[in-house]
Amino acid sequence: MAKIHGAVTIEQERCKGCDLCVVACPCDVLALQPKEVNDRGYHFAYPQNAEACIGCAACALVCPDACIEVYKVVER
Amino acid sequence: MKDDIKLMKGNEAIAHAAIRYGADGYFGYPITPQSEVLETLEALMPWETTGMVVLQAESEVASINMVYGGAASGKAVMTSSSSPGVSLMQEGISYLAASELPALIVNVMRGGPGLGTIHPSQSDYFQATKGGGHGDYHLIVLAPSTVQEMADFVGLGFDLAFKYRTPAMILADGIVGQMMEKVVLPPQRPRRTDEEVRRQCPWAVNGREGGRKRNVVTSLELDSAMMEKNNERFQRTYREIEKNEVRYEAKYTEDADYLIVAFGSIARICLKAIEEARKEGIKIGLIRPITLWPFPYEAIREAARNVKGILCVEINAGQMIEDVRLAVSDSVPVTHFGRMGGIVPNPQEVLDSLRKDFINPNPQK
Amino acid sequence: MKREDIIKPENKVYSRPRLLDKNIMHYCPGCSHGVVHKLVAEVIEELGLEDSAIGIAPVGCAVFAYNYIDCDWIEAAHGRAPALATAVNRLYPSKVVFTYQGDGDLAAIGSAETIHACTRGENIVIIMINNGIYGMTGGQMSPCTLEGAKTATTPYGRRADLNGFPLRVSNVVSLLDGTCYVTRQAVHTPAAVRKAKAALKKAFTNARDKKGTSFVEIVATCSSGWKMTPDKSNKWMAENMFAHYPLGDIKDTAIPAGTAQ
Repeated sequence: MAKIHGAVTIEQERCKGCDLCVVACPCDVLALQPKEVNDRGYHFAYPQNAEACIGCAACALVCPDACIEVYKVVER
Repeated sequence: MKDDIKLMKGNEAIAHAAIRYGADGYFGYPITPQSEVLETLEALMPWETTGMVVLQAESEVASINMVYGGAASGKAVMTSSSSPGVSLMQEGISYLAASELPALIVNVMRGGPGLGTIHPSQSDYFQATKGGGHGDYHLIVLAPSTVQEMADFVGLGFDLAFKYRTPAMILADGIVGQMMEKVVLPPQRPRRTDEEVRRQCPWAVNGREGGRKRNVVTSLELDSAMMEKNNERFQRTYREIEKNEVRYEAKYTEDADYLIVAFGSIARICLKAIEEARKEGIKIGLIRPITLWPFPYEAIREAARNVKGILCVEINAGQMIEDVRLAVSDSVPVTHFGRMGGIVPNPQEVLDSLRKDFINPNPQK
Repeated sequence: MKREDIIKPENKVYSRPRLLDKNIMHYCPGCSHGVVHKLVAEVIEELGLEDSAIGIAPVGCAVFAYNYIDCDWIEAAHGRAPALATAVNRLYPSKVVFTYQGDGDLAAIGSAETIHACTRGENIVIIMINNGIYGMTGGQMSPCTLEGAKTATTPYGRRADLNGFPLRVSNVVSLLDGTCYVTRQAVHTPAAVRKAKAALKKAFTNARDKKGTSFVEIVATCSSGWKMTPDKSNKWMAENMFAHYPLGDIKDTAIPAGTAQ
């Protein structure tokens, strides 16, 4: 059976910490930084549970600030 | 050339001249006494010949905003209306001025305020020359007194608007809009190609063809320092226009004892009065401002040097008189004669008024 | 598999559209405008329209749309975008002109321009972001505000007897013969985003092919105006807005050729 590996990169300075990607992710990959903030004061999103990513791009689709890039490898 | 001499209304002349100038678009809305502009254009169907777009909009508000869109795209576009309609357009005119866009607006004035009357008037002088809409701006304002000038000022208005990137207005009145006269129409010019528009107006919003950087036309600037700079640039343009574009007609001013200042169609009635007076030995001169903005202050100051009084004749309660007073700054008495409500003074009334004000102020004594 | 081995150009499946500028948008966190901007940029790019797309920006939160999407733009007076679009499209019939407006701009002050552009069948795209509020001016009632919704000008909730009923603009314009495509979409879930993008693509294609007016309403959130978190806003929208503004195509038909210039 094919195995899917995904990964996301998040431009943390663009992120406004709106949390929509966190909610949209079906695999609970993302979270907002609990303490750290970016230059504009937002608790930015980061892949807390990166290994679980399936590269479905749900997070990127709903991101209003277009900070997320998605990568995907299907291993057969 | 003979073929080009026609008999027509001033409003019709505007329409013909627009097509012959090579205007790209007209957007208008019916209102008396200027509806013939739109009617004539629709009848001439210029979209079949020159490719000019003609559209009856849903309101004057829509018309002026179509003009705003068309002007922002670099095209030579215009609208026409009459006083209440031009009031509705003021917001859009302010946007045109703020975005430094060339456009032509024709106001065939009728009597106000309010719905007022459909009869002729010159009571939009303040609105046209002092801004009209919100913000610090001016329009180039041309005042035709003949059907010939109605035709000629279409081209002049567009040329000045494009030269300075600012909207221009033809401030006509119901008389010159409705009356029929001989007119020599200008020769047909081709409309500019899209390529020529791109060259002439590199700022225009017409698609990033060839991968050029994007153009944005906006009047918005939230940075106060930048907005002040924008305003300073507008003011520099206005000073330049004041320096270069003052136009007026002077008649019988060399030996005049009295001066009449009048614009538009009433200036012709005044000229008749002046010629009658000369038969009686009363020497009156005439200054007819052609550009109401920029106003011919200097010409009036010069002409007033040796006169005993200035009569400002307008079909309103006294508006241009304020500029005439500014021109002579109390060195000469300035009075006003005008009728309102759509009534046009006759030459005798003009002469009687001048006599009463300056020659024989107290006939009883 | 290691993260470094996955993050390689050849494995990229999603990135920001090229036509979306690098400027950080001024919108509040979670604002639907950002998502729709992204979709408009993607659609223009995918249809190869970057040289011919001309946007008309409104007054309201999207007033600065011209700072974000890399095509030519004119910023219109409040509500007048369809009038500008009409002129630009008629003067440049080969260009693809779209307006991007909010519900206050379009449905209140711009209702006349909207209805008449639609009834003339102008070959343009009208995009309305309907969040039922005036965002930029501070959260006042718009024509699309739901009954009972609290806003700055309906502090006790919108009352039909005082403020009238919420206006379903898409249904109104769908009745006009000039519209060829009227749809209501949202961007609150990945699936909704995909559908909204397909709708926008159809609308831009219609404009390119001169089929008449396409009207795309996006039911959207205004977290700041609604005073909720972005996630809560999405949920509130799904629970309350969709009942009055149900999603889906309202009209999809090509008008006979020649009815629009």
